[in-house]
Amino acid sequence: MLSAREKELIAEIWDRLTPVAEDIGAEALLRMFATEPGSKTYFSHLDISPSSAHLRSHGKKIVLAIAEGAKDISQLAVTLGPLQTLHAYQLRIDPTNFKFFSHCMLVTLAAHMRNDFTPVAHAAMDKYLSAFAAVLAEKFR
Amino acid sequence: VVWTDFERATIADIFSKLDYEAVGGATLARCLIVYPWTQRYFGNFGNLYNAAAIMGNPMIAKHGTTILHGLDRAVKNMDNIKATYAELSVLHSEKLHVDPDNFKLLSDCLTIVVAAQLGKAFSGEVQAAFQKFLSVVVSALGKQYH
Repeated sequence: MLSAREKELIAEIWDRLTPVAEDIGAEALLRMFATEPGSKTYFSHLDISPSSAHLRSHGKKIVLAIAEGAKDISQLAVTLGPLQTLHAYQLRIDPTNFKFFSHCMLVTLAAHMRNDFTPVAHAAMDKYLSAFAAVLAEKFR
Repeated sequence: VVWTDFERATIADIFSKLDYEAVGGATLARCLIVYPWTQRYFGNFGNLYNAAAIMGNPMIAKHGTTILHGLDRAVKNMDNIKATYAELSVLHSEKLHVDPDNFKLLSDCLTIVVAAQLGKAFSGEVQAAFQKFLSVVVSALGKQYH
């Protein structure tokens, strides 16, 4: 359950991070690959070495989608419709990986925002990313 | 558990840099704020009414420090973490009745607090080593539950 204040906070944070979407996205992915090697299996067709163009463009896509969703969280199911289909029928990523990625995104935010990543911001962001992942997985079955 | 040289050095390095009081208190407070159901174990700890109260609560701060110092034992006995925590595991199970899932929640909060402290230096590889260490601790703490 997200309060109005939390939704504001989440939208603010992603708005601020949109200009560095590539950096944030690539870092979160790299953290996931380092801590959950199984997640790399979904990227066997790409070059996911640090600072590779594939990694950065992919990271950027993900962050921009998360940022877009944050603009109107009550509309997540609508905003994510096409991505739901993509993930369910084409990518077919095991949803545990969404949890791994969300955690690594939180760590990335902590490393970048340092003390600004307060417990309240952390709680709000964790809730948002969980909701995002749940909606993303809705068409899986 | 097999530890690489990098992992041993990384764990030793991180813990040598930690301000136990600041990090311990901040971690426990963060856990109670981000995962409010964990407050069930802290009924006698005074005011946990909102985030500000939790972050200013001296009993929570003190207990956080205690927990972090508990991790020291694992840092000093990396090759025998299971045995090191056998007693603490029994305590958490039989006396404190803590659901072992909570250990993972606290360890995730610690990872984030350390990331905020170290910033860029908390690279993916360092994070992996730290999380591996914490997962061994979490597993050892859950070992004596039955």
